[in-house]
Amino acid sequence: MGRYVLRRLISAVPVLLGITVIVFAIMALIPGDPATAILGSYATPENVEKLNRDLGLDKPLVAQYFIWLGNMVQGDFGTSFSLNRPVIDEVLERFNATLVLAGTAFVICSVLGIAAGVVSAANQYGWADKAITFVVLLGISIPSFFLGMMMILYFAVSLRWFPVSGMWPIYGTRDIWALLDHLVLPASALAVVATGVIARLSRSAMLEVLRQDFIRTARAKGVHERGVIWRHALRAAMVSIIPVLGIQAGFVLSGAVYIEIVFQWPGVGRMLVDAILTRDILLVQGGVVFVAACYVMFNIVVDVAQSLLDPRIKT
Amino acid sequence: MIGFLKLLARNRLALAGGIVLFLVVVLALVTPLLPLAEPNVTNTSARFLRPFSDGALMGTDHLGRDLLSRLLWGTRLSLAVGFAAAVVAATLGAAIGIIAGFYGGRTDNLIMRGVDMLMAFPYILLALAIVAALGPGLFNALIAVAAVNVPFFARNIRGITVGIAHKEFVDAARLAGLSNTKIILTEILPNVVPVIVIAMSTTIGWMILETAGLSFLGLGSQPPQADLGSMLGEARSALITNPHTSVVPGLMILIIVMAINLLGDGVRDALDPRLKSGALSRPMASTMVRRQGPVPEPEGKGLLEVQELQTQFHVRDRNYRAVGGVSLHVKPGECLGIIGESGSGKSVTVLSVMGLVASPPGVITGGAVRYDGADLIGAPYRKLREMRGRNVAYIFQDPQATLHPLYRVGDQLKEAIRAHHGIGRDEGRARAIELLKAVRIPNPEQRLTDFPHEMSGGMRQRVGIAMALANDPDIIIADEPTTALDVTVQAQILSLLDDLRRSRGLAIVFITHDFGVVGQLCDRVAVMYAGRIVEEGPTQAVLEAPTHPYTARLMACVPELGGGKRRLEAIPGLPPVVDNLPMGCAFADRCDRVQADCRKGEIVLERQGARAVRCLHPVTPLTEAAE
Ligand code: SF4
Repeated sequence: MGRYVLRRLISAVPVLLGITVIVFAIMALIPGDPATAILGSYATPENVEKLNRDLGLDKPLVAQYFIWLGNMVQGDFGTSFSLNRPVIDEVLERFNATLVLAGTAFVICSVLGIAAGVVSAANQYGWADKAITFVVLLGISIPSFFLGMMMILYFAVSLRWFPVSGMWPIYGTRDIWALLDHLVLPASALAVVATGVIARLSRSAMLEVLRQDFIRTARAKGVHERGVIWRHALRAAMVSIIPVLGIQAGFVLSGAVYIEIVFQWPGVGRMLVDAILTRDILLVQGGVVFVAACYVMFNIVVDVAQSLLDPRIKT
Repeated sequence: MIGFLKLLARNRLALAGGIVLFLVVVLALVTPLLPLAEPNVTNTSARFLRPFSDGALMGTDHLGRDLLSRLLWGTRLSLAVGFAAAVVAATLGAAIGIIAGFYGGRTDNLIMRGVDMLMAFPYILLALAIVAALGPGLFNALIAVAAVNVPFFARNIRGITVGIAHKEFVDAARLAGLSNTKIILTEILPNVVPVIVIAMSTTIGWMILETAGLSFLGLGSQPPQADLGSMLGEARSALITNPHTSVVPGLMILIIVMAINLLGDGVRDALDPRLKSGALSRPMASTMVRRQGPVPEPEGKGLLEVQELQTQFHVRDRNYRAVGGVSLHVKPGECLGIIGESGSGKSVTVLSVMGLVASPPGVITGGAVRYDGADLIGAPYRKLREMRGRNVAYIFQDPQATLHPLYRVGDQLKEAIRAHHGIGRDEGRARAIELLKAVRIPNPEQRLTDFPHEMSGGMRQRVGIAMALANDPDIIIADEPTTALDVTVQAQILSLLDDLRRSRGLAIVFITHDFGVVGQLCDRVAVMYAGRIVEEGPTQAVLEAPTHPYTARLMACVPELGGGKRRLEAIPGLPPVVDNLPMGCAFADRCDRVQADCRKGEIVLERQGARAVRCLHPVTPLTEAAE
């Protein structure tokens, strides 16, 4: 197992490099002089030249890439000019908030999605199946930012169950309950789409499994139908559900952008949007590379989970 | 095509989605012709008018602009941008996919590596990076959304192209000296286009959502021009005071995307052949029962008595009569063989006993199954479940498929016991070891922790048998338990079953298509053809003097023990399709003794002592054979 993890980690290296190349290539698309783009058109020529030198922008592209990469490996993502602080500090702080939000949403969508899919499949064409199918369809069709806004209107403004926005109360203690209170609405809004997708795929994975011979064997043994569904069928269906969870984690992580805007959550997505609007390129670059790298790592975790779940996979 | 449209129309939800989408598109197309207020004219004296106010059906926004007008113009823009993004992504993706799939080798490798890299990004993040580089704006948002969707198309289309690139007609075109470009354009592209279109129709909803999302973030369409996303984005600051400005564009996005999704699901379902055949149905916990006609009286012939059993498969509007009135019985300690070709209904017959026929499509439509005199057909599920494995246990054909692949065999054994008896951990383990010993598995302690895929076929089948023995059943139904095994292992399993039967007084119903196996194990044998029993009798007697021509033919095919499917297929012709049985004898078309009267009408199963046959011109007359 240890060797398998190691192998997966090594195989992630080219992917991580690829990510940096892609991000770098995209940023190289920026029209005109990057330093001017960063400093704005009112910058003095001296400042522009100095920044160009600081950023190594007077060197050829390939050299620039390796300098940038080398710095990042050492944890230096550059300095954000709009915030005037190291990019990595800002990204780490913001990423924490995103992780809380996206992590909660991921747990919600995994648990709810799988449960809904199983119930749906177990009652195929019954009323529960139809109801779930309809709700799921609604869920994957509604833009999460719109849903979030409607949730604010209803649950926060009308019912006053939860705070309207933010991660912490403006006054008062910052304890876990305060956080949970602020977390419920954004995490649910973020989870909806992924829940729908996971429910759909779980349903079809379950239907696929339920027709297999070993299900008949379980029934022939006299195993209770509940056991057949939840123990036998779901266990086998998990093999095809887990990869979907991995993909959906990516959607949740990036979908957090919208939710962070709607709920004014101090996460990395909101930071990116602000950075784009202020043309703080280094911050965008650093944020994207960092989040993408985390996602790659998460996918390794998913693969390892998969290999633990399915003994047939050679580790 | 017509059939496809019909199927689509039959799906009411898809139809509804199609109609809504059509209306929205038409509305968007005619927007410039409608007598609407100018969408971008501000009027600060009429800010935030409520819906249904004078002159503004949907009210006005924070600058006093007419919401209805902005909504329609915004819809137009959103649809156009979403559609354009889908087309761009599909075209680029398809081009990349076709090139990778067609040229293969290094080109393919390199391209697909790149595609994988792109897919390693959390989706929207990549779009954000692109917008960051190009700068905010609707056109740039379009490019970003298209770009992040290219890998999806490239990967799909590549897969299809690889399949096509190795077909004969492509080779032929190559030999004919056509250039690669020409082959791609004339041979590959026409075959790929339908796939592209379908993939596009399923992703266009996403594209609309994503472009709306970027606009919502302020990175897409720039004021004063608005698409649905930016309308929503601008309305956000007035969400609490004037929610209608948010609800109007938000609902519109929801309606559009939902309509597209409904339609897309309908298209997918209509194209899926598995849905048509009902192969995607979930089998219920026990077979459906819809019994017509009277329930036969108990005859007290044996521990298990199957009387006039009828089981059918209802697939759409056709009924396949898999079992058409079969009667069988077996006594304690006795072994009954059921023999026949695949499709003869032998498996369905025995699966019906404990309600294990997959349903849908299976339905038991008549007869009775009596265990110790009590009828099981129509018995509540609870009762059936309690009897499964405890009174009647099954051994199935291919233990590779019939054991759960992800649980250790020890746990599967323990579960079989636990289904009927509450036992502790240690006791369960001890019992499981005992069971493995009983089926002569060496080192049972170590084997407990094996997964099925770590065992040989013969060992797996022993586990299957051990599981059947777990609750000391009275009857074991073995459905071709040795077919998947090689000859020596087969012989071992047979002798194991035989010993178990003698030592435990088990009744065994043994299904096979191999007369050699029947001869070794069974006291009596029933021959099935096209869902009915055509001959029955003590094994020895039948082997010595078969009466039904079909039996005779089956036997002629089996010189020695150790069958394999080959022998049965040596009989010319195929069994008839059971939804369309011919008049008279079902075997007539393949029978070498057939005469005109065979096709006239129903032929009864005639009995004479222990023998029975369903034939007008038997090989050996029944009276003679019965002696
Ligand atoms: S009834 Fe006629 S056709 Fe049928 S098996 Fe007998 S001889 Fe052949």
